[in-house]
Amino acid sequence: MQNNMIKLGVAALLSVMMAACSSTDTDGTANTNTNAGANTAGAGNSNQLSAEELRRQEALRKTVFYFAFDSSELSAEDRDTLVYHAEALKANPSRRVRLEGHADERGTREYNLALGERRAQAVARYLQAQGVSANQLETISYGEERPAQQGTTEAAYAANRRVELK
Amino acid sequence: MSKLLKGLLLLTALFAHVVGAQQLNIQVTQGVDDPVPIAIVPFGWQGFGVLPESITDIVNADLRNSGQFTTIPERNMLSTPHEESEVFYRDWRFLGADYLLIGKIERSAGSDLIQVQYELFDTLREARLVGEVISGSEAQLRDIAHQISDVVYEQITGIRGAFSTKILYVTSQRISDTVTNYQLNLSDMDGGRPQVLLESREPIMSPSWSPDARRIAYVSFESSRPRIYIQDLATGQREQITDFPGLNSSPVWSPDGNRMAMVLSKDGNPDIYVMDLRTRDLRKVTTHFAVDTEPAWMPDGRSLVYTSEQGGANRPQIYQVNLDTGFTERVTFEGNYNSKPLVLPDGKSLIVVHRYDARDEFHLALLNLERGTMRVLTDTSLDESPTLAPNASMVMYASKAGGRGILNAVSIDGRVKYQLPVNAGDVREPSWSPFLD
Repeated sequence: MQNNMIKLGVAALLSVMMAACSSTDTDGTANTNTNAGANTAGAGNSNQLSAEELRRQEALRKTVFYFAFDSSELSAEDRDTLVYHAEALKANPSRRVRLEGHADERGTREYNLALGERRAQAVARYLQAQGVSANQLETISYGEERPAQQGTTEAAYAANRRVELK
Repeated sequence: MSKLLKGLLLLTALFAHVVGAQQLNIQVTQGVDDPVPIAIVPFGWQGFGVLPESITDIVNADLRNSGQFTTIPERNMLSTPHEESEVFYRDWRFLGADYLLIGKIERSAGSDLIQVQYELFDTLREARLVGEVISGSEAQLRDIAHQISDVVYEQITGIRGAFSTKILYVTSQRISDTVTNYQLNLSDMDGGRPQVLLESREPIMSPSWSPDARRIAYVSFESSRPRIYIQDLATGQREQITDFPGLNSSPVWSPDGNRMAMVLSKDGNPDIYVMDLRTRDLRKVTTHFAVDTEPAWMPDGRSLVYTSEQGGANRPQIYQVNLDTGFTERVTFEGNYNSKPLVLPDGKSLIVVHRYDARDEFHLALLNLERGTMRVLTDTSLDESPTLAPNASMVMYASKAGGRGILNAVSIDGRVKYQLPVNAGDVREPSWSPFLD
């Protein structure tokens, strides 16, 4: 269900982007300069504005970030997504979020609690690097205690190695 | 005069609120090659009505489940003696029984108490080894049976029996995609008389016993964060003892019961701390920037072993730290993952969760600290959370079978194995009580 929505979103985004401009590959880097983004908003290229807005909304809908086995490293895609969450948090300094870290069931429980915390902290550190105040962030780990998916398959394990932003 | 069951009265107070606890059922998967043959004659009962529990059945199951005994089937018995004068040793030797247990049950005159008399004989030496009368209420029949098993076990093996002990364990049942029910349970070591001590929609972890078996500690997420609680078993009263930012986990009492080792990440990464339970003063034991967790006390209470990543991320190994000097040394070198140490009573060996190479193969291994040798004890799947019977005969642990969490047990020598699956849902994190008296 959620996956389908994401795919639809990406398809829509791509078509809008292609209609707007044939060379928007630098999209990600442009975001780092927020003033530039804000300035173009009023510039009258309505297609480009909605593309960026679509992308922003898409990013904010994504609140679960997955990790490789034995890893607490964020993927490049998740870093891009978190930039939008960081902007939203900075725009609303009274908002607080919980970053809930999880591990798959392999290995011992209390050690997995530590692994889940490390993942949550990786997300928190990245958001702070984007300028979000530490006071807006709380990290917590559930270790392997709250799996998103039951089962002992690699697919279930991959779905369980995650951080949820709430 | 008869001996009253002490210590157990305290626990019976809790039986009043038995709620839908998940019952464990022992299934022996491997016993010793040369089990001791014993005949247990159905105990005589000279009272009205039917007793709620069969002492004979419970003692039979206890001894068989230990893997050390084989019992003579009742249908083969040539006679059913209930006291010494009725015993013909030759009949029992003929059946291959090295030992014979008989007994009788009566209601005490003018009281609700039940009196159980039992006698144990060596059929080869034609000698009565032990006998006594135990009395208790009907509700204590299981306690009386386990106590008889303890005596028989000790008489024959020379090792104190641990059938009168209890276990804590955690169960979880998924109610919907978003709701899971977690329970902290207490039962007899054979799974009998399960009762729920705590129920929550948030995870419960790491149950452990105080050395006097009166209190338990655990981690509950009920406040939406992992926090450590201590609960009195007799009264059910409990107290939250930590509220630090980050992880508050792995509570374990020191051997003298005055201190508690725990894991806190309030300074940014998980470190081992020791709390003085009287003053609540905290002392930070590990200071490395890597993950340090899963502390366990050495028997002298002067050092801890624990899981640490200081040798490399995602490659946990066991370390030992001296609490007086701070001296720290690594004690595991075999395999790329060793965690959750359990210390044997002599302090010379550890049981650890061990992975040699492949990413999914986690087994319990016995590490000899003096020689550095390691021997794998289990062959089940995703083995974890080892806990030791107070007589050091068996290690209970959690594993996965058919996609579900179950409990297993294995003897230290690896010869005896049994499983304790639960009726529904997952069961994990067993914690074996100390001796209860």
